[in-house]
Amino acid sequence: MDFSAINPALLLASLLVAATPILIAGIGELVVERAGVLNLGVEGMMITGAVTGFIVTIETGSPFLGFLAACAGGAALSFLFAVLTQLALANQVASGLALTLFGLGLSSLMGQGYVGLKPPASPKLDLPLISDIPFFGTVLFSHDAVVYFGFALVACVWATLKFTRVGLVLRAVGENHDAAHALGYKVVRMRILAILFGGACAGLGGAYISLIRVPQWTEGMTAGAGWIALALVVFASWKPWRVLLGAWLFGGVTVLQLNLQAAGFAIPVEYLSMSPYIITIVVLVIMSADKSRAPASLGRPFHASS
Amino acid sequence: MTGTLLKIDGLTKAYPGVVANDAVSFEIKQGEVHALLGENGAGKSTLVKMIYGLVKPDSGTMEMRGAPFAPPEPRSARAAGVAMVFQHFSLFDALDVAENIALGMENPPPRRDLAARIRETSEAYGLPLDPYRTVGDLSAGERQRVEIIRCLLQDPRLLIMDEPTSVLTPQEVEILFETLRKLTAEGVAILYISHKLEEIAALCDAATILRLGKNVGTCVPSETSAREMAELMVGTELQTPKSAGGEMGEVVLDVSGLSMSSPSAFGTPLRNIHLRLRAGEVLGIGGVAGNGQDELLLALSGEALTEADAIKLKGQPVGRLSPNARRALGLLAAPEERLGHAAAPNMSLTENALLTGAVRKNLENHGFLNWTRTRSFAEEIIERFDVRTPGPENAARSLSGGNLQKFVIGREVLQAPEVLVVNQPTWGVDASAAAAIRQALLDLAAGGAAVIVVSQDLDEIMEVADNFAALNEGRLTETRPTRGLTIEQIGLMMGGAHGMEVAHV
Repeated sequence: MDFSAINPALLLASLLVAATPILIAGIGELVVERAGVLNLGVEGMMITGAVTGFIVTIETGSPFLGFLAACAGGAALSFLFAVLTQLALANQVASGLALTLFGLGLSSLMGQGYVGLKPPASPKLDLPLISDIPFFGTVLFSHDAVVYFGFALVACVWATLKFTRVGLVLRAVGENHDAAHALGYKVVRMRILAILFGGACAGLGGAYISLIRVPQWTEGMTAGAGWIALALVVFASWKPWRVLLGAWLFGGVTVLQLNLQAAGFAIPVEYLSMSPYIITIVVLVIMSADKSRAPASLGRPFHASS
Repeated sequence: MTGTLLKIDGLTKAYPGVVANDAVSFEIKQGEVHALLGENGAGKSTLVKMIYGLVKPDSGTMEMRGAPFAPPEPRSARAAGVAMVFQHFSLFDALDVAENIALGMENPPPRRDLAARIRETSEAYGLPLDPYRTVGDLSAGERQRVEIIRCLLQDPRLLIMDEPTSVLTPQEVEILFETLRKLTAEGVAILYISHKLEEIAALCDAATILRLGKNVGTCVPSETSAREMAELMVGTELQTPKSAGGEMGEVVLDVSGLSMSSPSAFGTPLRNIHLRLRAGEVLGIGGVAGNGQDELLLALSGEALTEADAIKLKGQPVGRLSPNARRALGLLAAPEERLGHAAAPNMSLTENALLTGAVRKNLENHGFLNWTRTRSFAEEIIERFDVRTPGPENAARSLSGGNLQKFVIGREVLQAPEVLVVNQPTWGVDASAAAAIRQALLDLAAGGAAVIVVSQDLDEIMEVADNFAALNEGRLTETRPTRGLTIEQIGLMMGGAHGMEVAHV
């Protein structure tokens, strides 16, 4: 065993990178669920975003366009879900599961010619001076733009939900859609917009895996990240900052166990591999033991009967 | 101020299979309280939804202060000065009072100003409210205050109230009426929907009566008797329930020393309850809501278990028996909450008939269900109790409150119980349906069954009960004959040893 091989600064820096995909996908799903919709298709939207982002980046050479395309791809798949559940009033759980399966299949079809290619590297944000600060420079200021975008997104979602009218209406729709309708708010429109936002976030999170974290395309490469994002939202009690905390925790344990594996730690690898899932869920279960609860209309179909 | 505020002319709205409103016309004057009367399903709700912009009329016109008024959505109705307090509260439990109120306003001020205005307005009208409390923690009366304040902050010219008093205690009703009188003195018109005719006589200046979607007359409530108004609503002469006055027999239900902690966090525990019920007797149990009525029903029905000897049915201890075991012995119950407790909302009437009727009506055989017999049982309930529905395959949810209540009561009555316990049997039910339900309970007693009617409607208890007792903080008073009992005596019984308590304002 050689613990000295583990560099704390690099460990923390890679924590932020490992946390970013589930953070972005999770915060998108949080908005969807706060609007009262349960979209279990996060995994499918992530992988679709991963493949569309990858293809567009390869074809155009621009990671920026790739990320945009990933958002569009995720949103397009979620639009299917929106039509099914909001307009055709299909069951949300079944539609969400179908969306995941569909996304996995569609992405492997789309990605057939792209296995083994290497995308152009995404430029790191060059922050002179502050990225040279010892330790903190490495941990905080030497990342690509998406890491910072994810952090800003959490702040934006939090502020929007808490301080703006549109956030209030969104929460109202998720809490009691009949009352929101009676007050004259457009329940279905609000929910479709929330679903599209969630889809775009999931797509972006997926593309982060295929373009930066790995970076290459393999089938099924999101490997359950979408499900972790879903679990994050629930165990974070639908609170944005707790999603951030949960994502960091998950990312941190993932990176740590990889380092421990590399250092030859005397625990079977299987236990180390499962540890991020177990630890994240245990911690979030303990945190969610307060009185906060799910949006009251979560998963219930809405039909304006009057 | 006596000018016409809102003039409604020939409003018609049809839904597939039913004309909800058929050429309804009337006028509301400024500063008056205008009552809208009608049975369940007479079209009152549809009419106010059209005024509030939630539903578009098929034909007909409305005029607000002489100008054409056709709100395409609630927002424009609110802009024109129409505000509405809904029958089922349109509140968001997880949000706080200020957020709830902001959602009902067009251009809410910043949160801090809004909170100040809520405090100011709520105190000016005698309805104090803390803007930062979460609505889910408030009582029914306080939740209604939130709705009213939400309306008042928009300076309404017309306030629509859909059955505002059905969830309030008498004291809260008094406070509400004070507020409404203050409002009308300021020139606000109020369109008031209620089943409670005494309230309308006390509060309203004019009344429009709807029957099957048509305007069948107007009257001045203070000059018209409650009976006449009820008959206008029903269209026929109203039958007052009559007791056949059968002989009372043996003691069938003997409750002694029943104590039970409440299963819900905010409930009232039962404390040492004694009562004896004879065959053929109707016992009315009164009291302000939340004094142990729900818990008493749970204990008697078997949903909550007690000590075995605390409840004896014909000498047999049943305190530890489950509801179905008690049903088999002849002790049946119909709880207050229709949707979700007495009936499963999304299940058909046939399935709901099975849920409590399986044991006594023999609808089940070694775990297999006899749907033919169940269906005919459901059809029998529908026919005998005049439940208005296309058929037993319809979901319980689709029935109006009064019709579902008739079904729920009928289901128990037709199982020929020896003891029947009902809680609020006519809550939110129109006059004719209420009379039918009361008559059914009296007939049941005349046939030799014992009936306990738990109700907050004292008139109802006086009408049906032979004996009266009151629940107060989980204790039951002595039982006294209803005949000869005065309202003062009843009030003292309900107040218990504490005397008459003033409501917390």
